[in-house]
Amino acid sequence: MSQFLEISGLCAQIDADGQEKQILRGVDLSIPPGEVHVIMGPNGSGKSTLSYVLAGREDYEVTAGTATFHGQDLLAMEPEERAAAGLFLAFQSPIELPGVNNANFLRTAVNAVRRARGQEELDAVAFLKMAREAAKALSMAPDMLKRNVNVGFSGGEKKRNEVLQMTLLQPTFAILDETDSGLDVDALRIVAEGVNRLRAPTFSALVITHHQKLLDYLVPDRIHVMARGRIILSGGPELARQIDQEGYTKFLAEVA
Amino acid sequence: MPAVTQTREAVEKLGQSTYKWGFETDIEMDMAPKGLNEDIIRLISSRKEEPEWMLEWRLAAYKTWQAMQEPKWAKVAYPPIDYQDAHYYAAPRKKPGPKSLDEVDPELLRTYEKLGIPLHEQALLAGVEVPEGERMPVAVDAVFDSVSVATTFRKTLEEAGVIFCPISEAVKEHPDLVRKYLGTVVPAGDNFFSALNSAVFTDGSFVYVPKGVRCPMELSTYFRINARNTGQFERTLIVVEEGASVSYLEGCTAPMRDENQLHAAVVELVAMDDASIKYSTVQNWYPGDENGRGGIYNFVTKRGACRGARSKISWTQVETGSAITWKYPSCILQGEGSVGEFYSVAVTNNHQQADTGTKMIHLGRNTRSTIIAKTISAGRSDSTYRGLVRVQPKASGARNFTQCDSLLIGDQCGAHTVPYIESRNMNARIEHEATTSKISEDQLFYCRQRGLSEEDAVGLIVNGFCRDVLKELPMEFAVEAQKLLQISLEGSVG
Repeated sequence: MSQFLEISGLCAQIDADGQEKQILRGVDLSIPPGEVHVIMGPNGSGKSTLSYVLAGREDYEVTAGTATFHGQDLLAMEPEERAAAGLFLAFQSPIELPGVNNANFLRTAVNAVRRARGQEELDAVAFLKMAREAAKALSMAPDMLKRNVNVGFSGGEKKRNEVLQMTLLQPTFAILDETDSGLDVDALRIVAEGVNRLRAPTFSALVITHHQKLLDYLVPDRIHVMARGRIILSGGPELARQIDQEGYTKFLAEVA
Repeated sequence: MPAVTQTREAVEKLGQSTYKWGFETDIEMDMAPKGLNEDIIRLISSRKEEPEWMLEWRLAAYKTWQAMQEPKWAKVAYPPIDYQDAHYYAAPRKKPGPKSLDEVDPELLRTYEKLGIPLHEQALLAGVEVPEGERMPVAVDAVFDSVSVATTFRKTLEEAGVIFCPISEAVKEHPDLVRKYLGTVVPAGDNFFSALNSAVFTDGSFVYVPKGVRCPMELSTYFRINARNTGQFERTLIVVEEGASVSYLEGCTAPMRDENQLHAAVVELVAMDDASIKYSTVQNWYPGDENGRGGIYNFVTKRGACRGARSKISWTQVETGSAITWKYPSCILQGEGSVGEFYSVAVTNNHQQADTGTKMIHLGRNTRSTIIAKTISAGRSDSTYRGLVRVQPKASGARNFTQCDSLLIGDQCGAHTVPYIESRNMNARIEHEATTSKISEDQLFYCRQRGLSEEDAVGLIVNGFCRDVLKELPMEFAVEAQKLLQISLEGSVG
């Protein structure tokens, strides 16, 4: 069976004030279906860039390498096509949409991907029922569906709102970019449970995090360490604990 | 700079979306020769079988106009207009006074069908009653080029004592009312375009709501310019007596033409004690093509007088069309405790220019006004909010709140805010807030990551930006306006 997500030799740069800046320098990564993989690594190592490039953010220019998703050339697809194909990115800093009602946004998004996936669109009543149940499972206040998307949300509310969107959009591959940052212990557990509910033989996730705490709840299959735009080390769940105790310096020195 | 390149490409694509109301209707027209002089005015007056006083009023206005100069202070640029090179009267040739649907030219009805006018009302024109409670009824007056062709629901309105008819008819059938109020809010000599309108106006709507009556339905007028080289000069007069109220909607379209066409309307509103008038406009005149060729010059004077205590006038406008918009719906807050409101969304794209805003003149004590203006500029367009808040010495306790927000799409458009604030009373409280923003790449990417197409994402963000104004529109209009916003900005990114 061909790999679910296959990234090979991926290089990407960004144009920063007229200067091209290389950020990804040959990322190799494959994630089989049903697995949760974790990327750890020091700040500035390219973790968020990898998530943006996979989701199709146009500020980044892919200069070499490939990425396939379900055997399709991911890099040739528009961001919304990737979403319809089942890719979801939980943003590190969720974006505010002033004046746009959260429930309306969610329904528009859900129906857009349902349409693209050949599924029937949901009417307002069916959608609201589904959204309310999902929000309740994430211990979100009911009024969050009525508020404007992420406007005036606390850090924790924004992260939960990301997980709510993920739940409703039913992706087969989710990237969580530091979804645990800024969450208290209870919120962390609720978010982790939200991810765990999606776990299935057909669902994979790539979790970017700095903290072991989230991994206690998520129980990942593989840990990858990223530095200077490359995956420099991969291992089992014990690697995360080791990093948590000893820091990155030792690992970086070893590969240097 | 992928982001900037993308936006620029987007802007270039902007013009490619076609104006969906650009059809022309082939109807036999009764047209006056080109040019403007006393004879033409006499011709208009006689075609409309007007009483002598009306003709004299027009001729006086014409004299005033001749002595006036076209205003140049607005931030709009256009080649000189040759006022002699237009037809000042064009009417569908037909039997006078269509009293039933059968008498209306079927071509004309097809035109309105294309416009999406709730043609349901056609049945009413034909005298067929619609079961009660099927939907919120809207009475429609349709003005085609210069002439009002069909007014619906008149019987129901008459029973409530409401007069809703073409102004040309009101001049003949309710001369006392018309004479009493016409030109009292916008005098003929108020400005160049109001003087021109007063001399040559051919039709428009007249509404009179008697004391204590809440108008039982929304009133609506659809304006369409059809004939080539014609100007449209409609005149609307709405008088609402003590304790009465009305909600009035106005929609406008025109076919696509290479040359520019002039539209200079005058709207006057009068609200007595405790009366309220809600006036909503969705303006979608032809904006010209992507190179700025053609389109309507929309030079409009709209003003409401809150004459009575606690009266209220509320203007809501969604302006997406016209090559040039020059329009400042205003309120004269004379009655004690009267309220003026102005909610505006102005969208400009390609080479469109808009200079629009409002005037709130506080004369009475404890008068209040609210201004919410949302400006969206795309392409190479230029948009200006120009607003005056004036508090006169006797207006103790007057309050105003103004918020002007501009949203830019692309990097070749402009947005300007020109507020004039004059307070002659120490007790007045005036607040002004203004913001300028762009649709960010972050917002677009966020929406697209969730599966929305770029166009849907822009539509969603723009509608969110305009929400405070759109929620002021009557329900049916709000849906139409949302769609219109999306269509106007189609292809504006990506």
